[in-house]
Amino acid sequence: MSTETQTSYDPDQTTTMTMREAIRQALREELDRDEDVFLMGEDVGHFGGVLDVTDGLYDEFGDTRVRDTPISEAGFMGAGVGAAATGSRPVVEIMFSDFLGVSMEQVMNQMAKMRYMFGGKTEMPITVRTTEGGGMGAASQHSGTVHTWFAHFPGLLAVTPGTPAAAKGLLKTAIRSDDPVFFFENKMTYEQQGEVPTDEEFTIPLGEANVEREGEDVTVVATQRLVGESLSAADELDGDVSLEVIDLRSLYPLDTDTLVESLNKTGRMVVADESPLSYGVHSEVVARVMENAFFSIDAPIERVGVPDTHIPFSPALEGEVLPDAADVRRAVQRIT
Amino acid sequence: MVTIDIETEDGRREALRRMLTIRAFDSTASDYFADGEIPGFVHLYIGEEAVGTGACAALEDQDYITSTHRGHGHCIAKGLDPKYMMAELFGKRDGYCNGKGGSMHIADVDAGMLGANGIVGAGPPLATGAALTAQQKGEDRIALAFFGDGAVAQGQVHEAINLAATWDLPAVFLVENNQFGEGTPVDLQHNVQALSETAEAYDIPGFTIDGMDITAVYEAVGQARERAASGDGPTFIEAETYRYRGHFEGDPQPYRDDDDVARWRERDPIETFKDRLVDRGELTEEEYEALREEAESTIEEAVDYARNAEDPAPAEAYDDMFAVPVPEIEQFADRMRADGGTR
Ligand SMILES: Cc1ncc(C[n+]2csc(CCOP(=O)(O)OP(=O)(O)O)c2C)c(N)n1
Repeated sequence: MSTETQTSYDPDQTTTMTMREAIRQALREELDRDEDVFLMGEDVGHFGGVLDVTDGLYDEFGDTRVRDTPISEAGFMGAGVGAAATGSRPVVEIMFSDFLGVSMEQVMNQMAKMRYMFGGKTEMPITVRTTEGGGMGAASQHSGTVHTWFAHFPGLLAVTPGTPAAAKGLLKTAIRSDDPVFFFENKMTYEQQGEVPTDEEFTIPLGEANVEREGEDVTVVATQRLVGESLSAADELDGDVSLEVIDLRSLYPLDTDTLVESLNKTGRMVVADESPLSYGVHSEVVARVMENAFFSIDAPIERVGVPDTHIPFSPALEGEVLPDAADVRRAVQRIT
Repeated sequence: MVTIDIETEDGRREALRRMLTIRAFDSTASDYFADGEIPGFVHLYIGEEAVGTGACAALEDQDYITSTHRGHGHCIAKGLDPKYMMAELFGKRDGYCNGKGGSMHIADVDAGMLGANGIVGAGPPLATGAALTAQQKGEDRIALAFFGDGAVAQGQVHEAINLAATWDLPAVFLVENNQFGEGTPVDLQHNVQALSETAEAYDIPGFTIDGMDITAVYEAVGQARERAASGDGPTFIEAETYRYRGHFEGDPQPYRDDDDVARWRERDPIETFKDRLVDRGELTEEEYEALREEAESTIEEAVDYARNAEDPAPAEAYDDMFAVPVPEIEQFADRMRADGGTR
């Protein structure tokens, strides 16, 4: 998908930074660039965000641009929707994605439907940031991966950065977009390092996957933390099986072309995403390639994800349900 | 033009004309719904005209309102054109929402009307958001949320008021207590005596007014607007009113009897306002009849317009999802429609 936000930037100017820093930098640059942008959420201001993502922005931009809200997800999500419909560009943070349920009326019936129901007579330039995923021993109510709900629901766009560069570029595009974009950060990726373009015009169009590593034998389509895990699996299998690793990046819209192109080359595919396995991202990827490249498929497509459980507390249990590089490797081995 | 100065003779006449237009619109909608020409659900505002009209008269053109599933009156009060409203009820392309919204979703964001709403209690957070935009940008505009007595039980309504109160947003929360939430009387839904007691919890002004009296509504909302616009935050107003019709058209109404309706009709908001103007020598009965006929012919013209308007083309069902269209929608739609062939 092409968006108006596609601009040229200098790809040679980069700095190594963490995912957390990349997200913060995107927020800072967009707050700086456009006065209509403001952040709101629980503890995003004074406190700097429970996982430190918005740290420092309150001091820099003040309490009207970085707003601490009462603990009322339905209320401030709705206020974000009303603000977006009237000319603001709110970036709403939901502290943990598990709390999105509390705000869902405003998401499902207002944010997602207003433009359509009104015959196109309003825009909805809202971005919702939230953090997903297990790995911190935070138990079931603070570890969920729920991006599938939003990718499934008509009227919403959903992105899942797998690298710091993807996080910065996609978040800037999301904030500049006139459509509602859900931006899903995996909490175990905040410390992940990567090269990130420093150009303030660096944006990544929604709906473009990225080939992170080229390979010949098996395509691994991964999201968020599992991009890094799949790259590790590729290293481990190097010389034995050659993996092509794709960061899916955008769940909706979905870059069918890149997936098909890769599958046409390798004939085999593994889909790795931390959401529950039934009816999810995995299934959609499989359906798309089946519809568009059926005769290139040489082996059953494998899924790596959470086996339809919630995320347990005990490290002994959590490690069992969370997918990692070993799961990707085993999936590859099953089809080669 | 939305604003009406009820303190002038012309303004009072305009207010009366607007109430008559609402009543004519909804009576006509009732007929065409009964005939089967209007599909879906239709919830009428008859009996409550003084609330919407009085409130919108006290607003400025640039102000926002949010509405409810019973929104026709709010639309007309806010100055929307009955022609395009009726076209929307008939599902036509020229309707306010190109036929995608219908009775429950009429909106005109440019006119400050942020939509009727099919979800009870969803409007107040949106009004809080519109008020937030006004505050952020330093604009001289406020947002008023209309909502029902039933909606006062919804959690998100309280979250919205708390947020607006905490941030001193330029908002007004106006409950239309028409005595019922669907078929359940208000006293079975709330423990408080007056819904305006709600305001105490947020430390904002709250009062209950006579919603059958347009002047009372105008004055209360006027004061609330002033407070909001000067940065002192929201006000909570409960307007006591009554809906003459069922909850929706076709409602058998086992929950009340005709006497109740008759008793409230004695204080009909249009009749009492007219009588007052006649008493003051501002209006004759003949002039009133002429206003009424004018309102009715406005609505007849709206129906003619709606009937003759075009239906949307089926493929328009795929328009307007996003500002920047996604390829998925087109591809899925094309694929669904493609005929099979033998391979
Ligand atoms: C969240 C939600 N729950 C239930 C309904 C069904 N419903 C539609 S209108 C209504 C009653 C609303 O009563 P009130 O807020 O007093 O408004 P009124 O109809 O009296 O104008 C109900 C229960 C709904 N539309 N939305």
